[in-house]
Amino acid sequence: MLPCTGRIDEALLLAAFENGADGVMVIGCLEGDCHYISGNIRARARVERVYKILEQIKIGPDRIRMYNLSAGEGERFASYANAFVDQVRNLGPSPINLVRSTNAQSAVQTAVQGEAT
Amino acid sequence: MITGTPKPIEEVLEMLEPYDNIIVAGCHGCVTVCRVGGEKEVQVLASTIRLAREAAGNKINIKEVSLERQCDPEYVESMRPYVGDYQAVLSIACGAGIQFLAEKFTTTPLLPGINTGFLGVTERQGEWAERCQGCGDCVLHLTGGICPVTRCAKSLFHGPCGGSVRGICEVDKEIKCGWQLIIDRLKALGQMENYGKLKPYKGWSSARDGGPRRIIREDMIS
Ligand code: SF4
Ligand code: SF4
Repeated sequence: MLPCTGRIDEALLLAAFENGADGVMVIGCLEGDCHYISGNIRARARVERVYKILEQIKIGPDRIRMYNLSAGEGERFASYANAFVDQVRNLGPSPINLVRSTNAQSAVQTAVQGEAT
Repeated sequence: MITGTPKPIEEVLEMLEPYDNIIVAGCHGCVTVCRVGGEKEVQVLASTIRLAREAAGNKINIKEVSLERQCDPEYVESMRPYVGDYQAVLSIACGAGIQFLAEKFTTTPLLPGINTGFLGVTERQGEWAERCQGCGDCVLHLTGGICPVTRCAKSLFHGPCGGSVRGICEVDKEIKCGWQLIIDRLKALGQMENYGKLKPYKGWSSARDGGPRRIIREDMIS
């Protein structure tokens, strides 16, 4: 949790993917309603930059999305979260996680074979 | 400041193909100001490279550093203790900084992560424009503070060419005629007499035409 989406920068968003996220949802206050004037507008530009980066490196741009909500819109938050989770589920694990799980499986296999011999 | 643009990530990844243990080096000078090679850009580029490489099943280890300036020996030397532990350095400083690293670390390949642009100014956030070509013999006092070498597409010295139409340069309709700007400004300043003071010819030996240049300040050499 961050006090303002304006604190989020591109490196932080990319770090989430490096740390194994299949998708990243950024939720900021409604545009025009930022306590720090333009934090959510900056965040939007940064999310857009990361969207492009993910597209260029073929991780899949649709794994990141920004939503704007007020603190009183719990229901809408839930529906956005459900829709985004569905979207990421449809995309499947990120290519990073696919590689990691393949490597983990082959490591287990090697270990099992090692034990067997 | 010296400006630049990031190289396309595909090009960077292609350069990095032979390596799996590198340094990404930024600079706190000009390239930080034009948001192409500072500490933040180092983090983003390193993260992008790691993600792309791991997704391709070809992991890479990256040390992220940012020097105060890559064009000054004292800062460059700070990398010496560890530079030999890495296969290559991807620098996102300007071409001068990258070359200085290459010169100092002779056994380490240096790779450019940005395309260096020009000496320019920030006209507004996200937009930079060229202002000086470092000709080595400044005439701005005679030209209303507008550089004929840079702002005139042909670097003319004695007024506009026939391609100047309603203040626009024939090279591109987005480019203002540098000479129209100079004349308008001299008129506004009441300094039209300066127009006649421009030298009969411009010596270009102090510019790039004289080969790579060097400045020696005897008073500063200890
Ligand atoms: S290395 Fe280049 S970008 Fe960095 S401070 Fe020096 S001139 Fe500017
Ligand atoms: S006249 Fe020469 S030194 Fe002066 S601004 Fe133009 S290019 Fe730069």
